[in-house]
This record gives sequence, C-alpha cells and structure tokens, in this order.
Amino acid sequence: MKQQISLDINGRVYDLVISHRDLLVDVLRKKLGLTGTKKGCGNGDCAACTVQVDGEPTLSCLTLAISCQGKKIITVEGLAQPGGALHPIQEAFVNQGAIQCGYCTPGMVMSAKALLDKNPKPTLEEIKLAISGNLCRCTGYKRIIEAIEIAAATMSAQEVK
Amino acid sequence: MQTWDKRETEVTEGKSSYVREGVPSYLDERRHSQVGRSVPKVDAAAKVRGEAVYADDMTLPNMLYGKIKRCKEYAHAKIKKIDCSKALALPGVFAVLTGDEAPNKWGIVPHSCNETVLAIDKVRFYGEGVAAVAAIDEETAEAALDLIEVEYEPLPALLDPFESMARANEVVIHETNPDNIAFHGNQIYGDVDKAFAECEYVLEREFKTGMPQHGFIEPQSALASFDPHNGRLHLWSSNQVPHYLHRQLSIVTEIPMSKIRVTIPTVGGGFGGKGEACPNEFAACILSRKTGRPVKITYERSEVFFTSKGRHPCHMKMKIGIDKDGYIQAVDFDNTMDKGAYASWGVVVMFYTGSMVHLPYKIPNVRSYLRNVYTNKPSSGALRGLGGVQPRLAMEVMLDEMAEMMGISPYELKMKNAVVSGYTAANNMYVPHTEYKRCLETAVEKSSYLEKHGKLPFGKGIGLAGGNYISGTAYTLYQNYKPHTTVVLRVDTEGGVTVQCACTDIGQGVDTVIAQFTAEALGVYFEDVHVVVRDTETATFDLGTFASRLTYATGTAVKAAAEPINQKLKEIAGQKLGCRADQLIIKDHKIYSMYETKKTMSWDEAVDIATSTVGTLVGVGHFSPPRRKGIDIVTGNRIQGGNIGHSPTFGFSCQIHEVEVDVETGRIRVKKVTEAGDMGTPVNPMAADGQVEGSIVYNMGAALYEDQVIGADGRHLNPNFHDYKMPTSMEMPDMFINTLKDSYDPTAPFGAKETGEGAVQPTFPAITNAVYDAIGIRFYQVPITPEMVLRALKEKKEKEAGCGA
Repeated sequence: MKQQISLDINGRVYDLVISHRDLLVDVLRKKLGLTGTKKGCGNGDCAACTVQVDGEPTLSCLTLAISCQGKKIITVEGLAQPGGALHPIQEAFVNQGAIQCGYCTPGMVMSAKALLDKNPKPTLEEIKLAISGNLCRCTGYKRIIEAIEIAAATMSAQEVK
Repeated sequence: MQTWDKRETEVTEGKSSYVREGVPSYLDERRHSQVGRSVPKVDAAAKVRGEAVYADDMTLPNMLYGKIKRCKEYAHAKIKKIDCSKALALPGVFAVLTGDEAPNKWGIVPHSCNETVLAIDKVRFYGEGVAAVAAIDEETAEAALDLIEVEYEPLPALLDPFESMARANEVVIHETNPDNIAFHGNQIYGDVDKAFAECEYVLEREFKTGMPQHGFIEPQSALASFDPHNGRLHLWSSNQVPHYLHRQLSIVTEIPMSKIRVTIPTVGGGFGGKGEACPNEFAACILSRKTGRPVKITYERSEVFFTSKGRHPCHMKMKIGIDKDGYIQAVDFDNTMDKGAYASWGVVVMFYTGSMVHLPYKIPNVRSYLRNVYTNKPSSGALRGLGGVQPRLAMEVMLDEMAEMMGISPYELKMKNAVVSGYTAANNMYVPHTEYKRCLETAVEKSSYLEKHGKLPFGKGIGLAGGNYISGTAYTLYQNYKPHTTVVLRVDTEGGVTVQCACTDIGQGVDTVIAQFTAEALGVYFEDVHVVVRDTETATFDLGTFASRLTYATGTAVKAAAEPINQKLKEIAGQKLGCRADQLIIKDHKIYSMYETKKTMSWDEAVDIATSTVGTLVGVGHFSPPRRKGIDIVTGNRIQGGNIGHSPTFGFSCQIHEVEVDVETGRIRVKKVTEAGDMGTPVNPMAADGQVEGSIVYNMGAALYEDQVIGADGRHLNPNFHDYKMPTSMEMPDMFINTLKDSYDPTAPFGAKETGEGAVQPTFPAITNAVYDAIGIRFYQVPITPEMVLRALKEKKEKEAGCGA
C-alpha cells in the first residue's frame, strides 16, 4: 500500500509516495538520490547508515520512513556549510587522516555530530562510546577519535552548530 | 583548509630536514619534497561529504535490479531440477539466469579455475548461487527468487580437511580431485634432519587458526551495461583487481577483452575479498546482455559472508631446531589448510605459507609439507597478509617458548637470528634491504619490554613478535612476463600534470601515493596532479591491488615515465639558461642549475614553451619485477611453488602488545601496542601510520573474536555483523606507532616499501605471547576466546592442585 508523506530532510520538505514498509535508508538513497548515507549491513550492526532524526543518531536501515513524518532529518549532505566549506567535523576527519575507504565515514561523522550537538566537550571515553556502534575496518579508530576531539575544540571555539 | 609547508618533510623525528646533513643537495637522491609529505588523501573531502560514488550509489537509465537465488537447504547437494517458469511469468521480471547458460569456468589462478557463475549440477557450500533474476525493482526480484523451484538430492557435507581426506573414497567434492586435495606441495631446502640432529634445542608444536572474513563495510556491488548495437560491455564494480576481473569476464562471457571495459568506482574496503571476480559481476553482465538493459546486483551482508573468500584456516605442525649458540638451524613445517569449496587463490596462499617460513630470521634448512583440502565450507582465498600470518603465529610463539627454554629473552633470540640487508634465504628469496633489527630495538626500547616482560602481576602480560611481508610479487598468475604496471604521464599548459594508471585504491591510498610520486618525479606539487585510475579503458595496465605491490610498482613506473618529459623540459631550459641540460634539476616548479643557483627558470614557463613548440609532453613507464627463481641454492634443484614469495623487496615490523586477562570472564583486552616498522620511505607518513594502526586492530579481531562458525550440517551460523564480532572503538588499544622515518631502501623507488600487509603479521603471536606472560598459559590456536581462557585456567588450577596433593 502506497501513501503520500512529507519528510523534512536537511531543511527541505520532500513530498513522497512510499510504501509503509519502506526504510528510511532506501528512501534517502533510491528515491531522493541522497547516496551519502551508506548501507553496509541492513541489520543495524554497522551504523554506516547513521543519520540524525530530531537530533538523535538514528540507524536509517532500521527506521521506517513513514515514522519520520514531522521530524527533522539530517544526512551527511546536510552538513554542507555556506560556499561548500566543510563542517569542522568533516575538516578534522580529512586533516587527521581519519578516512581510508570512506564507506563508514558519513555514518561516523553523523554519530560524531549527534554527540557534539549535545555534549560540546566530550571526554575520550564519551567519544569512544558515541561511535562504538559504528564499525570501521580500515583505520583502527584512532584517527577518527582524534578527529572528533579536534572538531570538538574547533566547534567550541567557533560556536558552530 | 590547513596548508602544508611544501618544504617541510619530516625525515628524522622532531627535526625538519629537507636537506640531509653532509650530503650535497644535488647528489642527494633522498632529497624529496613531495614524497614524505603528510597530505590528506586526494578523495578524502569527497568521501567525508558523502559525494564519493561507490558502485551501489550508481544508477543508469532503464536500469534493472538483479538478485541471486541461493541454496539455503544444504552445504553439499546435487541439483536435480531448477524450474524458473513461475518466476519468469511474474510481471516485472525481465530475465532469469541459471548456471548452464554460463558454463565457462572462472578463477583467479588459471590452472585451477573451477567455479561457474551459478552452480551447475551441484552445490558445494551453503549459500551458493543457483539462479539469478533481473527485474524492474528489488522487491519484484526478491519475489521472483521465491518462485524459483529447485530440487536437491543431499550429499554428505565434509566440514573438516582431515575428514575430507579420510572420506574421499565415499564423498568427492570436485570430480577433478578424487582425493579431495585441491593442491599439495613439498619444499625441501637443505638437510633438515641432519641439522636437527646437531641442534641443542628442538621444539615441536601444533597450531590451529580460525576462519575470519575481510569485513569490508561496503558489500560487493556491480552495475553492468551491455550495448547490443556494438557488442560492448561496460561494468562498474567494487573490485580491487580490474585486470583479472576483465580477463575472467572475457572468459565467461566470451566477449573479447577489447570490447569489455571495467571501471572501478570508489571502493569501500577490500582486504583481499574483492581480489578476484565475484558471481554478481558475471550475473549482472550476462543479465544485461540478455535484457539489453543495465543491471545492478548489490549483495546483502549475508551474501558477502557466503561468497567472499576469507583467510584459510590452517592446521600446522612446526618443529624448530636451535644450536647451542642460539642460532636457528632448521625448521620443519607441515600445513593442512581448509580450502572450502572452490580453488580461488588456494595454490598461491598454500605456497606462501611455505615461503613465509624463510624470513625474517636466517634459517639454513627449511622443509615444508603443504596441502590445501576441499571442504563444503565458504571458499578460502586472499585476506590481508595472505599466507603470512598463520606460519608467523607458529614461529613467533615457538621462538618465545624456546627463548624461555634457553633462559634468554625472546628479544635476544630474535635479534641474534634477524635477517640483515643483502640476505639470501635458503629458497633463494633475496632481501635487498631491511631494518628489522632496528624495528626490534625500537619497539623494545619504547615499550620498556625488557623491564616488564616476566615481571608484571598475574593477569597482565607483555608479548613481542616480529614479522615481514612481500612488497609486490615477481610473477603474474598466468604465464606471461609483461610489465605488471604501466604509467602514462601527460604534461601541457591546458591539463597541467595528469597521471594515468589502472591501479585501484581500496582505501589504502594509492591514488594519493601515485600523485605524490608523480609530483616528486616531475618536480611539481602534489596538489597539481590529476589522477586517472581504476579503469581498463581510460587508464593504463595494472595487475591489481594485492600482495602490497602498488607502492613499489607505481613508484618505479612513474619514475620511468617522468624521464622523457624531464629531459625535454631540461633541454628547453638549458637553451634558455645557457647551460647543459644534464646539469639541471627540476624541483618545486623550478628548473635550475645544480652548480649555479642563479641560473633558474620556472617550470611552468618551460612547459608553456614545450606545449607551444612540440605539443603535449607524454612519458610512458613500466614496472617489471625482477625474475628470481625459487631454487635450492646448494643443489640447484628447482622446487615446485618455489617462485612464490619472491618479491623485489620486503617490509618488516615489530609489535609489542600489553594485555589484561580477566580471569573471571576469560576476556582478553589488548591495552597498549608499541610498534616499530620498516616500510622504507613513508610516502605519506600520516596515511602510512593509519595503515599500521588499522592493521593492528584488524588482526586483533581475528586473534580474539572473529571466526565464521559453520554448523554441523554446513550451515553458516553467523553471516552478519551482529554475530560475527569485529573490534569497535571500545576495544581499540592505545597505539604507539614508531615507523622508522629515516629507513630508505636504495633499490626501491623513492626508497619506499610496503606497509599495508606487513603490519598485520606480528599481531597474532604478540597477543598470544602476551597472554602467556599474563597467565602462564600458552595458546596454540586463534582466536583465543574467553571460553578457551576459562577452560585453560581451570585445567591449570586442577593440575596445580593435583601436583600439590
């Protein structure tokens, strides 16, 4: 059964016709072409599909799109700054060498953002915990954690959201 | 964006030294400005924005979705009948494919090709594909799979290599191999028995390793487009060996290679798992040819587990003999490997396990008995550090144990036997350069190993292990001596500098490394270089991403390709500056006389003159590895498989792990790792250290938790990331990476060697040795699970109580 819904994604409202069982990750990737959100396992185990729904880090592969009506969804594409500049979290990932194959990166960045939105000065343990659901197979996590520490410092200094 | 001082190159720790002391700059081949820079990867910004395009991110007009029907009933069964009529009748289904329509066998090693796109007549492992469909959308394709009826006649499933050999008279997995042995080989160098007889210390142990999988986060995805008007096929796929894929596609589809184009989009990790063709690639191509429309097939995670060819489980026996002075005299190695269902890289990995015994210690007499046995399990293939990690576990753990027998430190024993530059092993493997001893020294010093070893409280331990890995192979997998890598450089005023090479970045960073090499070789900046890669049509030949070969191969080819371009520019500049071309140096966008620094002109001006007079400058460079033969140096006898393991050069490293063992839960935690590695010149120190950190955590997983579990009926019991446990950020140890930044291999391009696979080698034994130091129990098996630890602690306690009573 198809139904028309509206989704607020990255500040833009999309009118969509979807099935009630369509997953948010599939709607983002296939219906809207927002392929920055990745699908690694389809089971909620790898968190490559993490997006923010009303500020919370959310596994879009376990979330029904229909349940997101009236909520604010932010994907990695929504982090773009004016003029195409990188968000401080993204910039720190690039500069710290926290990216290898890059497939976990959008999910990592979104988990980091959800953390820093709530807790601008996290401890090392809080950072580790915030990304503990995000699997990365290339980096060994060290540089990702360092990048998030640096991003936290930059964002606190610049008061970036 | 942060900016980098282009003249700042860290050569020695804490000191910027663009120019080495005591060496005139014009004579210093190590005076690099672009190699040795820590720069972000060329694709990092696109990846972090979510803009990098991976295979499954692509769509083409009119595209269909493909799915593969898999056998979920049995691990070994005859296919009696496949009825696809109901699936074909379903609205939205465009085509169905069964194995008999594509009977040509494929495989990465030509003489052991034994896989078909989809099973024909019988299935040999749980989850093997039996049919494929192309439909208007994924839901329809899935519905069609349910309508395909397959009738099986079950056969006994052989799940253990020893059982498989023992029951070969009763059950045969491949008709071509009536003993169920896929490959076997004996390699005998020197007189092992005589040497053992003269040894003071002899130890024999048995080891067993688990069945980890690569765990790349991006599942395989392939998008094929066949154009019926010109008969051309274009495949975009997540693969790390476009050339071997290209070749196999041609064999299976019977389309000439010149009419097939393979493009590799961004790849989300490979680790060897994308190091050969994959059934979804063939199925997408054939379904596209059948329907005349593009077809995409993306795997679910469970399909990745069923079909990706992970690390071979090994059952090893090793015997080491050491003389009274502490020198290793002989090693006897016996390895029975679990091949799984199909041949894959099997013969290569098997002989690698034999050749890896010869380094990084000097061993005059080595004997290896090797066999790789078919079972009804997922096929084993190439996984990071292939063929090295299993014998490395055995040798490093045994040397730790033997040092204890001898009453000396494992460090002393390893230093005494460590190879040195210019060493030729018994199997004729030649090591042009090594800093292995300095790796051991550095890691031991930085970790305070000697102060801690044997002295930490119960439950805490420290373990040392070393290792090495090849930096590229010597031969192609099929009989051919063509260059393994070709690079084309193009320079003109319009495009600036462009490098073309079909090398494949799977996250390890070759796109960035080749740009740094190009910049260094042409005397420009890394930021100036355009990189055209991962395409068999627009880029030039490369063998693929495996065996840690690309740094060495691309570096050599880039250097050669730059020569004619530099020569032309020097001639132009020489005329303008009034000096000899051979006295000019090109560096940092300037062309200047090495003797009179006043005589200088800008590189861009010279390029402008060149473009206006002779047109675009093009240089072609090739890399062909040296052809060393695996012979017995004493007898001169050629030995089967003896050519495997020869490499232009080798990387070395040492790891020291500090662990805590929870004696209540049996859980082992790696707390701290101190590493020192010899990778020659680190081309991009930031990325190189990232490779090492990633390697440590990667193999820590397979040392402690990761194992594919196969049920008694052959069913895969953990084909998902929920039950197959990989390390998360919470398991990450503190890591101290001490790459020898001043290491330089004079035989290697820009002095650079491998690091992506060498750094996984010491992890298994370093952890195992640390666990022994912590609780006094030596494990000869990985992964070391909490159950194993608790059982061993209980047995130890009972034994000690028994002795007391």
